[in-house]
Amino acid sequence: MEPTNVENPDYYHKVVDCQWACPAHTNVPGYIRLIAQERYDDAYMLNWESNVFPGILGRTCDRPCEPACRRGRVEDKPVAICRLKRVAADLRGDITPRFPEIPTKKNGKRIACVGAGPASLTVARDLMPLGYEVTIFEKNDRPGGLMWTNIPQFRLPPEVLWEEIDYILDMGVDIRYNAPVESMKWLLEQGFDAVFVGSGAPRGKELRLPGRYDTDRIYIGIDWLESVAFGHTNSIEENVLVIGVGNTAMDCCRTSKRIGGTNVKVMARKSKPYFKASPWELEDAEEELVDIVENHSPTEFVVEDGVLRGMNFDIVDWHENDQGRLVATKLDEAFFPAEAVILAIGQETAFPWIEDDAGIEFNKWREAVVDRTTFMSTREGVFFGGDAAWGPENIIWAAEHGHQAAISLHAYCSGEDIRKRPPEHMNLVSAKMGLHEWSYSNDYEYAGRRKMRHVRLEERLRSIETEVEEGFDLEQTLTEVERCLNCDIQTHFTGSLCIECDACIDICPLNCLTITHNGEEADLRTRLLAPADNTEQEIYVSEALPQTARVMVKDEDLCIHCGLCAERCPTAAWDMRTFDLLKPYAGQDADHPYSGMGIEEMAPGGFVSVAP
Amino acid sequence: MTYIAKPRVFHPSLEKNELGLTRRDYEGVMSTLCAGCGHDSVTAALIEAAWELAIPTHRAAKMSGIGCSSKTTAYFMSESHGFNSVHGRMPSVASGANAANRDLVYIGVSGDGDSLSIGLGQLCHAVRRNLNLLYIIENNGVYGLTKGQFSASADMGSKSKRGVPNEQPPIDPALLGLSIGATFVARGFSGDKNQLVPIIKAGIRHPGLALVDVISPCVTFNDHVGSTKSYAYTREHFREAVEAAFVAPKDFVRPADEITADIGSDDVHDVRMHDGSVIRFRQVEGDYDATDRDAVYGYLRERQNAGEVPTGLLYVDPESRDLHDVLGTVDRPLWNLPFEELCPGSEALDALMENYR
Repeated sequence: MEPTNVENPDYYHKVVDCQWACPAHTNVPGYIRLIAQERYDDAYMLNWESNVFPGILGRTCDRPCEPACRRGRVEDKPVAICRLKRVAADLRGDITPRFPEIPTKKNGKRIACVGAGPASLTVARDLMPLGYEVTIFEKNDRPGGLMWTNIPQFRLPPEVLWEEIDYILDMGVDIRYNAPVESMKWLLEQGFDAVFVGSGAPRGKELRLPGRYDTDRIYIGIDWLESVAFGHTNSIEENVLVIGVGNTAMDCCRTSKRIGGTNVKVMARKSKPYFKASPWELEDAEEELVDIVENHSPTEFVVEDGVLRGMNFDIVDWHENDQGRLVATKLDEAFFPAEAVILAIGQETAFPWIEDDAGIEFNKWREAVVDRTTFMSTREGVFFGGDAAWGPENIIWAAEHGHQAAISLHAYCSGEDIRKRPPEHMNLVSAKMGLHEWSYSNDYEYAGRRKMRHVRLEERLRSIETEVEEGFDLEQTLTEVERCLNCDIQTHFTGSLCIECDACIDICPLNCLTITHNGEEADLRTRLLAPADNTEQEIYVSEALPQTARVMVKDEDLCIHCGLCAERCPTAAWDMRTFDLLKPYAGQDADHPYSGMGIEEMAPGGFVSVAP
Repeated sequence: MTYIAKPRVFHPSLEKNELGLTRRDYEGVMSTLCAGCGHDSVTAALIEAAWELAIPTHRAAKMSGIGCSSKTTAYFMSESHGFNSVHGRMPSVASGANAANRDLVYIGVSGDGDSLSIGLGQLCHAVRRNLNLLYIIENNGVYGLTKGQFSASADMGSKSKRGVPNEQPPIDPALLGLSIGATFVARGFSGDKNQLVPIIKAGIRHPGLALVDVISPCVTFNDHVGSTKSYAYTREHFREAVEAAFVAPKDFVRPADEITADIGSDDVHDVRMHDGSVIRFRQVEGDYDATDRDAVYGYLRERQNAGEVPTGLLYVDPESRDLHDVLGTVDRPLWNLPFEELCPGSEALDALMENYR
């Protein structure tokens, strides 16, 4: 293999599994260390920079980081990254003085955003400090989009939501409530320099079965949740069936349990391994005594004299056919009584307000055709992001879409090529502080993942406003932060210094290192001290070593970043270096990502406490 | 030295030996030697060899004297017996232990100071007695613990860290061993475990004293240009005399024991030890015969005069008889003999004395 090019920020970035998996590339180990040092404001700001809504996401994120977490490969449970994010948000002080300054003298460019959800809000946050005038058109009387209408209050308290949204609106965003955009052509005539569509995927999917329209007790999940959020709906019948088993279904069944539903069942067509809901949301629903019924495929709404009696289902068995597709075999039929049914089987984008001749191309599913890199539609100057771009995702994706769209909007309004994306850079600073001191805690914490405490069942079901999760206490926090393996403290190798004494190889607790003769990757992976079977993880290959011309090979898969290789290296060929991804944002010099964020230098000064 | 402990987390592919133990089960406490010390690699080689031989950790005794080298015994096989004795007196203590309990596996670790200076006489007589002991000399040519003075194994002309050449002739443990009847003589290099591990395995199983001289560079005081015991010098002047592999008795060949060459090819031949185990040699030098003491002695002199560091399992005596064998002691370890048998009383003594009247 060719020697690994660690100058490319992607190499070390990939080693930080959580950060690589996060759509917004939040510096997870960085903020976890800040929490460990009780620097909650810094931890919050480091989050805020990339994911914009730390308090909201600390409760509601889909957590792509956690399944990626290396700790999950070393033992069974990943670090509770999301919960720690909430700790940073809960314990922060007043961070408003750290927000970027908003120029009073504007740059003369005006941007229109459609919908006040996370994507549009991120666009506004990135562009307001650059002098843009951002106008958001919101159809409701409150901002937040699906974060407000679809996430129940027992998961996301409204004050958390409003506070983080206000941080952005207070930058001077011109937000127009009760102002649904009913015509794209009209919007385009309003003299904006560019338009961003962040109107989400607001249409719940229908289930067209016999009886669907014979009763008014069948609700569309997302519409029903919205109606509950606005207080228009505050009760439901006792026996409720929720159709579908995604995260919206979980919110529907848990909301039902709080406003009158005593016997609530989630009806799933498939079996558990195929459920779309996140495992932790399923657990929470089951804890609240919601029945989750597998392998029941709905066939009919049973309505007698205009009154909903229940639903008929086929009980099915799933197996793979020759083409590898799942097919169902009907085993039996079953009737489930119910007085209300909530449909939570997915949602899609809806653009009734975009005229066919507005210059925006749609595909056959009536989704806008949007460029994956630039986020621009087929009409110059009209950008899409969040769920509006490619269908339902989640908040963290919407935030990242917002960042990328903001980069494009800024380039577009500055007359630059929007295809030319600003490059990522990195800082790589030695974490060595002294003979045996490193600027991070490298002792291995054996404790298992801390368990989130929940409000008692009777109490939480009494009110929809009672937040279920209590957040980590100090003891839980201090243990959980130590579980982080600090994957951003990279093992950095300088081959020319190596004397091939084998000290690093002998000490490595997870057999990551081997000195051997070079070869092709597939061959090399089998010749290591422990075979490198996880091909999703890179192997590092050094230049030829000075004494024997062999190469140092490191399998990144299970490295716990304990630093023992560097500590046992007599020549400092191995060093632990703090990797800091410098991710560019709109109008920002990538080399100075913290400009305006007020975070003390991350490394190696991370350990130095700032005198009051 | 290192302050944090090696974490007890393991690679999922970590293999187990016949006893169900992993390599990690053969580890000891965290080394406090200098980072990059050759001795730590010898430790790793000992761990690997003991794991491959599936030695029950409670059936081994680690013996040492004083010095950096003698700290090594703390760094492997925590569950084994051990005795960190007086400077240079490890052979005596090992002799006593071995006399009392012949059933244990004895692993002695010493250094060029401990064995070639203060303990030279002890070493020589342990060799002569052919005590059943693996005797490793971690040889770095300097007194590391007292800040780098030349030791008795420093080569003529080898320079100290301050640039002063050594002007006294060295004691070569391999030549010494050959000249006083050692039945197993080997030389390895801490930077080459592929060679060292099979030597240690054969040495542990050798019935008698297995003298293994390991060039084990001192990174702090003797790894500079001008040193003849540095990593770079050893690699440049390294010469493998013969390649050896240990094959356990009872036709039980584990993958770890295989060597690359086919059995029966011209350059491979087996030396069968009288306990049934086999040392399989693969020729590197044309007609090298590891059972011919005089030829080996001559070869070593010749190669060393040519400035090389000859390595490998240099000599083995297939007819080796250890101390217990020569003395004709009982098979049962002495500690386990009932008092009446060990000390049969005055009547038995009187009967014995009658023989001499």
